[in-house]
Amino acid sequence: MSNCTITIDNKVITVPEGTTILEAAKKVGINIPTLCHHPDQKVKANCRICLVQTGPNKLVTACSTPVWDGMKVNTHSKLVRDTQRGVLELILANHPQDCLKCIRNGKCELQKLCEMFNISKTNLEEEVDSLEIDESNPAIIRDHSKCIKCNRCIEVCQEVQGVGILSQAHRSINYCITPAFEKKLINTLCVFCGQCTTVCPVGAIYEKDDTEKVWNALYDETLHVIVQIAPAVRVSIGEEFGFEPGTNVTGKVVASLRRLGFDKVFDTNFTADLTIIEEGHELLHRIQNNGVLPMITSCSPGWINYLEGFYPDLIKHVSTCKSPQQMFGALSKTYYAEKMGLDPSKIFTVSIMPCTAKKYEADRVEMSSYGYKDVDAVLTTRELARMLKSASIDLANIEEEEFDEPFGITTGAAVIFGATGGVMEAALRTVYELVTEKELEKLDFTEVRGLEGIKEAEIDLNGTSVKVAVAHGLSNAKKILDMVKNGEADYTFIEIMCCPGGCIGGGGQPIGTTTKVKEERIKGIYNVDKSMKIRKSHENPAIKQLYKEFLGKPLGKVSHKLLHTSYSPRNQILDIDYLKYDSEVATTEE
Amino acid sequence: MNRVVNVITKNFNKYNIESIDEYVKLGGFEALKKAFELGPQGVIDEIKASGLRGRGGAAYPTGKKWEQAANVKGDRKIIICNADEGEPATFKDRYLLEYDPYKIIEGMTIAAYTVKANEGYIYIREEYKHLHNKVRRAIELAKKAGYLGEKILGTDFKFDIKVFSGAGAYVCGENSSLIESMEGKSGRPRIKPPYIKQCGLYNLPTLVNNVETFAAAASILLIGSEEYTKYGTSESKGTKLISLCGNINKPGAYEIPFGVTLREIIYDIGGGIKENKKLKFLQLGGASGAIVPADMIDLRYCYKELKDHGIEIGSGAILVADETNSVVDFIKSVQDFFLHESCGKCTPCREGNRQITKIINRFVAGDASITDLKTVEKFANVMKYASFCGLGKTAPTALLSAIKHFPVEFYQRIYKVSR
Repeated sequence: MSNCTITIDNKVITVPEGTTILEAAKKVGINIPTLCHHPDQKVKANCRICLVQTGPNKLVTACSTPVWDGMKVNTHSKLVRDTQRGVLELILANHPQDCLKCIRNGKCELQKLCEMFNISKTNLEEEVDSLEIDESNPAIIRDHSKCIKCNRCIEVCQEVQGVGILSQAHRSINYCITPAFEKKLINTLCVFCGQCTTVCPVGAIYEKDDTEKVWNALYDETLHVIVQIAPAVRVSIGEEFGFEPGTNVTGKVVASLRRLGFDKVFDTNFTADLTIIEEGHELLHRIQNNGVLPMITSCSPGWINYLEGFYPDLIKHVSTCKSPQQMFGALSKTYYAEKMGLDPSKIFTVSIMPCTAKKYEADRVEMSSYGYKDVDAVLTTRELARMLKSASIDLANIEEEEFDEPFGITTGAAVIFGATGGVMEAALRTVYELVTEKELEKLDFTEVRGLEGIKEAEIDLNGTSVKVAVAHGLSNAKKILDMVKNGEADYTFIEIMCCPGGCIGGGGQPIGTTTKVKEERIKGIYNVDKSMKIRKSHENPAIKQLYKEFLGKPLGKVSHKLLHTSYSPRNQILDIDYLKYDSEVATTEE
Repeated sequence: MNRVVNVITKNFNKYNIESIDEYVKLGGFEALKKAFELGPQGVIDEIKASGLRGRGGAAYPTGKKWEQAANVKGDRKIIICNADEGEPATFKDRYLLEYDPYKIIEGMTIAAYTVKANEGYIYIREEYKHLHNKVRRAIELAKKAGYLGEKILGTDFKFDIKVFSGAGAYVCGENSSLIESMEGKSGRPRIKPPYIKQCGLYNLPTLVNNVETFAAAASILLIGSEEYTKYGTSESKGTKLISLCGNINKPGAYEIPFGVTLREIIYDIGGGIKENKKLKFLQLGGASGAIVPADMIDLRYCYKELKDHGIEIGSGAILVADETNSVVDFIKSVQDFFLHESCGKCTPCREGNRQITKIINRFVAGDASITDLKTVEKFANVMKYASFCGLGKTAPTALLSAIKHFPVEFYQRIYKVSR
């Protein structure tokens, strides 16, 4: 490939052929404004804000135009600035200008552009279409009056996740981004992964805000309000307070949550360890009793929604274990209530999750089988950051504190749940030792780490070679599921995480999540694992105590009742009332 | 003096399209035989020598386009005939399909042979439904007679054509939108690169030409480029099929040599203005074309001379407006068309059309302001410079040229001035 020498704003640079003007400019520190452009996505060039001049009266979009040798680019000629500003004025004329009360205030790309262009007054008649806000579901809200039609959400939904709920409809001023037939999200097979919320440049798609619900619980003196925090949150929430992505701020989050007024601050990692014990035993049970294999993990609620909607015939492959969030919730209203002498109806359990689908999961009817709702409120990383800011809690400068007992003692195996491959690795650490009764020499299963779409590993269990696979992002999950469906998968155990990168890339994570940021968060996760005293779930003393005092044994009666669940086919597109069939339950009854 | 010629239209009303033999008797498929004699490069050279430029509107040199298509590597290539004609005032392709479908088939086959393609489609929009079966029938007869299908004219060359009924939209005249539409998606333009020639229909190398371009190519091979270039000017060679309409005595599609004046077109060919009224303006090239005031009608109808005045030949439409027409009201109808036809993909076109329409409506109602005039011009320019595809880029052409040539008509609709 040959090189092209080009001049951008009088700066000469040589770049390989095929480089776009935008990329070339970035190399010499020249920033060109963008809006529909996203570093992890394909070039779209539909917003037209990145126009630059390449000849007399000739403007091209920097994001989509490859350089040619001898090209001369001006990124802020009068024509460029007038046109860019004109495009911006056109967007604004049809965009609600309620920035102060917009969820994206301060993190909105459109807002930043307005600041950049010093927009104050335009001659256009401002008129925003009044479109209904879709608040139909517990996870994601779509306010398409704010949509600037950049198509980023469509790409993530169709190509990264392969779910394809969002697409374009109509023409001209009626052009909009919408589910088919303009259905509400709850009436589609949306998996509520929230990836669309993380790529939206404005406030058109966002998580359902439950902070008021939690404030009210905290202010209610009759309630005992407890909180759990998911593994992936601790390496991402710092970003909201100026830390680099991947910085572990566990102790600071604990302290902050206590300042907010939670009665107890617990770690979801505790039930992540518990999940490993239950899921590990379920796997062994299936292996030993000719159960349905490969078994697939069930921690990721977006993935479960996808399974129920798109692969209902594979439901029997999925572990019956509830996710760590729900296991925690169930224990909080039973074991914990008993232990503390509290009325379960007065316990209000909050989760801090990297995920929007967790809101939907917590609202499932199956998640209150013993009479109480496992989890009462789910906040995303972003929502927690909002609450802390609202209470003037400076996470950056707060002194670290420890989790409360008994749900604060955790392991390295649990924390890696936050990254793709983590559940698999944690499970292998336990299953290996359970089966072989030998100590694992090397704890790190590096084959299942990293951002490659599908990862495989093989482990020798007492002479039996067990093949495992890990997929993250639903389009990768689809590839594996098709193999399973066609009988081409020789795996015994499969981990599937809905979001690319796993929970560190969840739909509830701070705005600005890119592949680069995900890589840093993953590093952060494995650093935490390395620093932990205990790194295997079955060695967690608190878990041992839990079984001794309450659960009895893995897959036992109590576990079955509280920690396992079932899934059902979901098909709302065709409105067909599927015959409900229970997933095969691999738990043993005494 | 009648300046109408019959080069690509020579078969019009000369044969019954139900009979391919009659077409053959008129010299049909001789051009294809000649193409086989010349070989692909020979065809390209001949087309290049003719100076033929795409007749769909963009006026890209056809010989160059075919040469590029021939040089693209690929075992499977596609030829598409773009018959998505639906722009107000443009109706010349319809005549070609209706009166000489075999010539289109022949032109496409020549193109296919030249660029080594074996599959062809004629995208005919749904409004031209009455032509669908006629063209299908012509394809069937051509196949039976050995001019299409396997072993064409006894050679090893095979080529088949299918009629594709497209939903159609103004934007589908743009090649990538047309292809999106053929793939079952909404007609919206694709980002380039990759270019259609490398990655078109179903990601295959694709050559798209307008109906008239294929007809012209077949005619050129039949009579030879030397004979063809006797028509036209030194820079705009050959002939052009125009569609003449509006306040004119003899509207219709006419083939003219490049270089006749607009005056000749209107008064000699078109028989003058209806009811002997005075000519006020023309719109050349379809809805996205410029408004040309009456005092410019001595311009010669050819690419260069018009371009020097900021006017494009476009699709070849000539719309005639007499003294009773209001420029502002005319612009409103053009604007309403584009507001309807914008695909909505890019900001300048979607939002620009929205805002410009609002302002034009104020002019129509007579309550516009002086600021409105500045604003509408500003955003027309934003559309022109910033839009994603040709639709958005050219949609404000009529408006901008109207403001340039008829500013007073706009001032008269400004509230304070008119009182």
